[in-house]
Amino acid sequence: MAKFTRRNLIQTGLAAGAVLAAKGCANSTDQSESTEATTETTTEDGPKSPEFNANHSKDVTLRFIGTGVSQINEIREKAEEDLGFKLEMRALSTDDNNQIAITQPGQYDIFDGEYFSLPLVIPSGNLRPLDVKRIRQFDKLVPIFTTGNLYDGAPVNESQGTAPRKVMFLTGEDSTEFADEPTDWATLIPFQYNADTLGWRPDLVDKEINSWAQLFDSDFQGKTAILDIPSIGIMDAAMAIEASGLMTFSDKGNMTREELDQVTEILIEQKRNGQFRAFWKTFDESVNLMASSEVILQSMWSPAVTAVRARGLPCQYGPLKEGYRGWGGGIGLSRNLSDIELDAAYEYLNWMLDGWLGAFLGRQGYYSAAPENSKKFMEDYEWAYWYEGAEAAEEILDPFGEKIAEKGSKRDGGSFEERMGNVICWNSVMDEQTYLVQKWNEFVAA
Amino acid sequence: MKTWKQLQTYLLVTPQTLVFLLFLLFPLLTIFVVSFWEFNGYAMSPALILGNYKAIFTPVYLATYLNTFKFTVIVWGLALAIAYPVAYFLAFHIHDLRWQIGLFVLCTIPFFTSNIIRMISWIPFLGREGILNQVLLNLGIVQAPVDIFLYSDFAVVLAMLHLYTLFMVVPIFNSLVRIDRDLIAAALDSGASGLQVFKEVVLPLSLPGIAIGSIFIVTLVMGEFTTVRLMSGGQASSVGSAIRNQIGSLQYPQASANAVILLLVTLAIVVGIMRTFDIRKEL
Repeated sequence: MAKFTRRNLIQTGLAAGAVLAAKGCANSTDQSESTEATTETTTEDGPKSPEFNANHSKDVTLRFIGTGVSQINEIREKAEEDLGFKLEMRALSTDDNNQIAITQPGQYDIFDGEYFSLPLVIPSGNLRPLDVKRIRQFDKLVPIFTTGNLYDGAPVNESQGTAPRKVMFLTGEDSTEFADEPTDWATLIPFQYNADTLGWRPDLVDKEINSWAQLFDSDFQGKTAILDIPSIGIMDAAMAIEASGLMTFSDKGNMTREELDQVTEILIEQKRNGQFRAFWKTFDESVNLMASSEVILQSMWSPAVTAVRARGLPCQYGPLKEGYRGWGGGIGLSRNLSDIELDAAYEYLNWMLDGWLGAFLGRQGYYSAAPENSKKFMEDYEWAYWYEGAEAAEEILDPFGEKIAEKGSKRDGGSFEERMGNVICWNSVMDEQTYLVQKWNEFVAA
Repeated sequence: MKTWKQLQTYLLVTPQTLVFLLFLLFPLLTIFVVSFWEFNGYAMSPALILGNYKAIFTPVYLATYLNTFKFTVIVWGLALAIAYPVAYFLAFHIHDLRWQIGLFVLCTIPFFTSNIIRMISWIPFLGREGILNQVLLNLGIVQAPVDIFLYSDFAVVLAMLHLYTLFMVVPIFNSLVRIDRDLIAAALDSGASGLQVFKEVVLPLSLPGIAIGSIFIVTLVMGEFTTVRLMSGGQASSVGSAIRNQIGSLQYPQASANAVILLLVTLAIVVGIMRTFDIRKEL
């Protein structure tokens, strides 16, 4: 029989405590990922209540997965109020979002994702082709998503990369093949999109920023950042490289292996020279980098710019002579949906284009997929500021009520046509995607 | 009667065995199997190919492994250098049990918050406009903010030390307090100097503690990816972060192959440590 003394007991206890603490650490490294992806709106995927009754749409709960930018509580509350059923939102990083969409179809009813993800997600067959006849406002959609022709002569009509027009339609009801022409079967119904560009702190940058090439400007050595999401980061890099005249591409949106090799080589050289301060994966990371002055010039997303401004710091998001990198997000439905839940999901799609949501997101700088409808939900001066590039007749507030622009100021880049019309490439999944990811990892590891 | 006793033993180990089989061995086997599968850009399919392993033996991944070893060795060395004196002080210089416990709890205070928060709180401290740089600037020690405090290897090592040093302190302390004080008295009576006592008596008897602490540190740091990513601003890579990137781009077979190699390497180090020191003596 072992003899227990108080001292012995305490020592054993401490050692056991250390083991527990070690285990705790191992666990919390996993949790960090969800922390990164703004956990605020995350909810449990609990089983439906035993009383679940499929006859009442008010008992329906639709489970969303999406990236943090659009998983906003205010949107969920308004939709639940208007539609009468429940929504559960899970905010994920872009990577995790695609991953769950492809590998765990039972985990979600509604996929809120980007168009560039579709060449990865659609072959899995987990998304249901959407019957456009059930979308009441379908004809109000901006042509960027349908014919691809925004207005005659717009650079966006010929844009490179995974442009929404290339992945918007499927060839049939059970098809997983993209159609070249509009059909009755859509992949996603769009609700937000934008023209991304470089953002900078005008109080810390004392020269004019007018080209993507300035991402590699030695004056900003150690003070720039790029995104560490391969499909997006590579496009920013390509814009900067092409603008600097370091190399040319036949199609930036679908690079060859040789082009990827060359891009990686240039990026690694820039990295070794200490050009970059950091690489970011989630939108709040980019906000923090900019707000803490660690980075003064970087590729940004529009809501990140408004978030920096809402903290009272100047942040410009300017037009560059080469044009913009575009992206578009939409909602797709899981193939598992049926009956009343499917009807509810279509109701959500219709609600989404009714205008309230477009107006809400519009105040963060996104564009609405059906702008005419959103106009009804915006004040005239707001519409003029965000869509027409006019001077703000009043202070501009973000959807949460924070002031983000003074009276008399103008939106960087001007009107909707000037901004979206000048999108020359989109976030992309390329034929050489595996190779792209491999080369991107090399760059990060270098 | 004897068979019942035998049966009893088997019954007692059954739950634990099942848990191990189901939650450790089965997932590991799955990872091992998947590491030979094929990946075509968006989906994986069963196959028996070695390509995933071959890809690891390329300069980039070897550099990533080297980088991971670098962090492991540096963190291990520094953790030992910090932990040993702390444990020694607690074990030999604090004689009152209550003080010993009190000071020990003091060491664990950082563990009262989650390790992510502990790590992230370094960022505003070390940043270009952080407290440290402001103090140095105000004291006139530096003329311009020092960049390498944050988003650098320095920041990664610092955060890891903060997170993991205690795992070295505890086992060393544990082995030090178990040393029979009569042995030290005997050594001193035989005319040994303080240094000799340490070298000939204390250090050898505390080696199992060092070994256990080393196993903790090695396994923790080898598998790290969050600290590396956050503190290096995404600029440094470890095997863990490479695996994470591959999972993010759905390349499960490649990620599995990396996981298998990482597991083998880590196991080899741990076995090496166990062979060198008799840890059972300690437990």
